[in-house]
Amino acid sequence: MVTAENVTHLDERLSRPTVHKTRTVKDTRAYRAFRAVNATLLVLIAAVTLYPFVNLVAQAFSSEAYINAGQVNLWPKGFNVTTFNLVMGDAMFWRNYQNTVYYTVVATLVAMVLTTTFAYAISKYHLKGRKVFIGIAVFTMFFNGGLIPNYVLVNELGLRNSVWAIALPNAISVFNLLVMKSFFENFSTELEEAAEIDGLGTYGKLWRIVLPLSKAVIATMVLFYSVSFWNSWFAAFLYMDHRELYPVTVYLRNLIAGATSVDGAAGSAEATQIAANVKAVTMLLTVLPIVCLYPFLQRYFVSGVMLGSVKQ
Amino acid sequence: MSTDGVTASGGAQAALAHDPAAAAAARVADGGPEGPAGRAARKRRGGHLTWRRALRRDWQLYSLLILPLIFFAIFRYLPMFGNVIAFRRFRPGGSIFGEEWVGLHYVRMFISDPTFWNVFQNTLILGVLSLVIIFPLPIVLALMLNELRSQRFKRIIQTISYLPHFMSIVIVAGLVFQLTAIRGTVNQVITGLGGDAIGFMQLPEWFRTIYISSEIWQTVGWGTILYLAALSTIDPQLYEAARIDGANRLRQTWHVTLPGIRPTMVVLLILNIGTFMAVGFEKILLLYNPLLYPTADVIATYLYRVGIGSSQFSYATAIGLFEAIIGLTLVLSANAISRRVVGASLW
Repeated sequence: MVTAENVTHLDERLSRPTVHKTRTVKDTRAYRAFRAVNATLLVLIAAVTLYPFVNLVAQAFSSEAYINAGQVNLWPKGFNVTTFNLVMGDAMFWRNYQNTVYYTVVATLVAMVLTTTFAYAISKYHLKGRKVFIGIAVFTMFFNGGLIPNYVLVNELGLRNSVWAIALPNAISVFNLLVMKSFFENFSTELEEAAEIDGLGTYGKLWRIVLPLSKAVIATMVLFYSVSFWNSWFAAFLYMDHRELYPVTVYLRNLIAGATSVDGAAGSAEATQIAANVKAVTMLLTVLPIVCLYPFLQRYFVSGVMLGSVKQ
Repeated sequence: MSTDGVTASGGAQAALAHDPAAAAAARVADGGPEGPAGRAARKRRGGHLTWRRALRRDWQLYSLLILPLIFFAIFRYLPMFGNVIAFRRFRPGGSIFGEEWVGLHYVRMFISDPTFWNVFQNTLILGVLSLVIIFPLPIVLALMLNELRSQRFKRIIQTISYLPHFMSIVIVAGLVFQLTAIRGTVNQVITGLGGDAIGFMQLPEWFRTIYISSEIWQTVGWGTILYLAALSTIDPQLYEAARIDGANRLRQTWHVTLPGIRPTMVVLLILNIGTFMAVGFEKILLLYNPLLYPTADVIATYLYRVGIGSSQFSYATAIGLFEAIIGLTLVLSANAISRRVVGASLW
């Protein structure tokens, strides 16, 4: 069974080449050529993957004239940082940025509480009706109510224009639930047994024994949820009526769609002139937290995904 | 399972209560290896674990289920029942289940709606393209990565290829606009090669290319993770045996590697087929404009415009229900077929 701790070992094991010194002399040459081509192709793929980001950074620091002339690719031209000041000086941008942080924290908290409790309960094989509860969750992966009934429901519940319209309808991701469930299923039964002999009930065991020893999976789940809430835009787009309530993704969406402009530039003649540059700067500022944290978080995601795949 | 902590505790509590029936019940309820003796005992006493006993014993566990079950009931199952407004007239502000029955009125409406058939066709085309082009690519990339000797090099390539997966769809759309702009990089390459700049986001014939390319960019690297995990579980002895039999690299890949990751491929294929109809709703909504409707408009975006845009809730729900039922049918059949044909399935 794969656990969070040995996933990294697994990762290392899998990256070890499967062919060792025993290659026959005959195919060495062809194989070497193949490896060179393979490595070159992979470098090209990586370059193509990175290029849009490089281009984004270059545009963010360039002057609009050069962007419009089509001269900005890998390196900024007409270096300027005034747009950064403009975007960062926009009160609405900051307001929406704060909203994103707030929505992400609240939604992740709600999601974690619901996912953890459900996953823990259905990880107990002796629980009567366990299969039914799992079925209830899994079925929603393949069939859902659809956009309109959900929209009507959220409005009827009066969740419009509140953080709950974002946090509640997406509180449990069934994929995450199954990852946690398989983690809890592999939890040391001896430990729980011992805790029970010491007089702990279910709550006590979960809170004082299981959760403190499940930091790996909890960290993974917090990451999964918070990145997905940080990146989400559609729920807010549907249910938020005022600009002050938008998360930064909706701000950006409206900017890209031309439906909004940075306050500092609004009404001025250059409003359309500086568009490409402003967009680039806003996008850059929006992805910045994720890009900065990404190298550190990446391995947790990878182990989380592999953790979830084990049960399949 | 007989060593399950809670099993033991259940038995222990029952023993304390001097209640042999409860002890047997606890044993049965574990779903553990229940011998013929246990089954006979259960029959004799006529008592399997009743809900009352189960609730009394595990009430704390059941209490943990309450909030999540309320979530599923309200936000997952209630909307499923809310689909009845596809057959009832819905009035904003009225009941979420609609006001009066109108039968198949709305179904007939979309069947005779030419726009619907256009978006249906677009959905199928984008779905097929995604499946045929995007599904195999992570497998190829995983095999390529698997051939790398240098640990470090492999890690760097992997890290880079995962990155787009973490981007908000809004950012991806923004990057697409940026790169396909009339003076964007793509057009610079085209004009550099002597061609004329193309207004990509105004020309319907380009939308499918743009959509699929951006999907590849965003999903392929991340898609390799599960395949790499599966590759790691292949027994190296199989490769040795194949080499002794004279298999070269290519034949080893064909006879050892691919069969080794087949279960993963099947499971992911079934999941992909299940989402066949729900092609990139959010991305298309962000990318398209009326000029692109002839190729870009899919069922999901059309129902969004009809439903949210023009408040024809019942009509949009009928379309959505149709889409969801096709999706469910596809995933169920794919699962059944693969269980029979290749012996691997989701459940």
